[in-house]
Amino acid sequence: MIGDDQTVRSIFGAPSGPPTPGGPDGRRSPSSRSGEATAHLGELLQRSSRGDEGAFAELYDATSARVHGLAVRVVRDPAQAEEVTQEAYLETWRTASRFDPARGSAISWLMTIVHRKAVDRVRAAEASSRRDETYHHRNRPVEHDSTAEAAHSSMEAHRVRTALASLTTVQREAVTLAYLGGYTHTEVAGLLQLPVGTAKTRIRDGLIRLRDAMGVGQ
Amino acid sequence: MNESSHRLVGAYAADAVDDAERHEFEQHLAECADCREEVASLQEATAAITEATSVAPPAELRDRVLAQIATVRPLPPETVTAHPADADHTGSADVVALAPRRRRRLLVAVGSAAAAVVLAVGLGVAQPWAGDPDSPVDQVLQADDALSASLDLGDGARATVVHSEAVGRSVIETEDMPPPPDGSVYQLWYLDGGDYVSAGLMPAGRDQTVALQGESRDVDGVGITVEPSGGSETPTSEPIATFDFGPAA
Repeated sequence: MIGDDQTVRSIFGAPSGPPTPGGPDGRRSPSSRSGEATAHLGELLQRSSRGDEGAFAELYDATSARVHGLAVRVVRDPAQAEEVTQEAYLETWRTASRFDPARGSAISWLMTIVHRKAVDRVRAAEASSRRDETYHHRNRPVEHDSTAEAAHSSMEAHRVRTALASLTTVQREAVTLAYLGGYTHTEVAGLLQLPVGTAKTRIRDGLIRLRDAMGVGQ
Repeated sequence: MNESSHRLVGAYAADAVDDAERHEFEQHLAECADCREEVASLQEATAAITEATSVAPPAELRDRVLAQIATVRPLPPETVTAHPADADHTGSADVVALAPRRRRRLLVAVGSAAAAVVLAVGLGVAQPWAGDPDSPVDQVLQADDALSASLDLGDGARATVVHSEAVGRSVIETEDMPPPPDGSVYQLWYLDGGDYVSAGLMPAGRDQTVALQGESRDVDGVGITVEPSGGSETPTSEPIATFDFGPAA
């Protein structure tokens, strides 16, 4: 089974650096810098929808590490992750006119596209490759985490880790398996040995707490 | 509101739902502003997680992406304002040509009428509407055995059904579809022998691309009817369009 402790821990990236317990510190409003960045991304999307390739290149440069990082995290295989990243940007270009700033931030809209592509990819590949990847992953958790650590040195990453640390262990594991693991809530229930139906509650509660701790989506 | 639906909000925001759950929840979302708002706010939270997982892609990927988008036309915005003529649904209803519960043979017989078509081979992979981020449609649209047919429903409205026997699912795309009359919805049906089996409700909105609910393997075709809000167990009106999967299905 893939539900052993080691797998779960490695999937959600393990404590990289001492987590700051007691989340209240994590509750802060977004900095004005990230506020400006968000507005700017929305503008780049709007220009892209009119066929402005230069604006799209700027959008790519501003977001590709986050987009690709998520693709890598969910699908694992580097070649497939590149395909997912490419597909996601193509879809972003095509559907940029559908972005509505009144309904959410540009980065959220973009990450929703990428995540969906990544999840579709892993679910289509299904059982056999999933088993292989899990086996592969389980046997090299340290390497995975050290890679992650190197990439995560920014203030933003620290902010997220602090916010994640404010979740209960079960909430954090459920959210991480669902979002970064690409598992359905039913699979998350199996992995965490929770009753079916409980995992979706944990995911929701965890995301609400994360949202509030990050000061996003208010 | 149904509490069990609401509890799926988090799982939906994190894509931690299977296709059937997603389809069902999206129908709930179409009618629940609270859930739409919560999904949006939780997606801000999931997106924030990616601040901690950045990995720069290889430099050549940038060239590939920019070269590819240069060859693709961006979609126009979705139109949200209905012009007055659209409020009157009878224009579409005029194309009704079929009574419910007729045999597939009859559907084929009226295949030349505006309201019914037989799906044909020839769908390319790069359909311009393959890019809806919210629809579980890629498998069907990219299937090697995908069949498709389009119908003009009057007033510029158009519906296209794509079916893949291999995937066992069907997808419907609507363009500029007038909203159904107040208090009613468009309902999708599988035509199975003489029976109509519900395949879910169309979400509100003039331009939609959605997978039909349930497996479409071995069914004869797809129909659309106008039903009271919430849908019906069997059609209460004649279909405004039918799509026949043809002898191969």
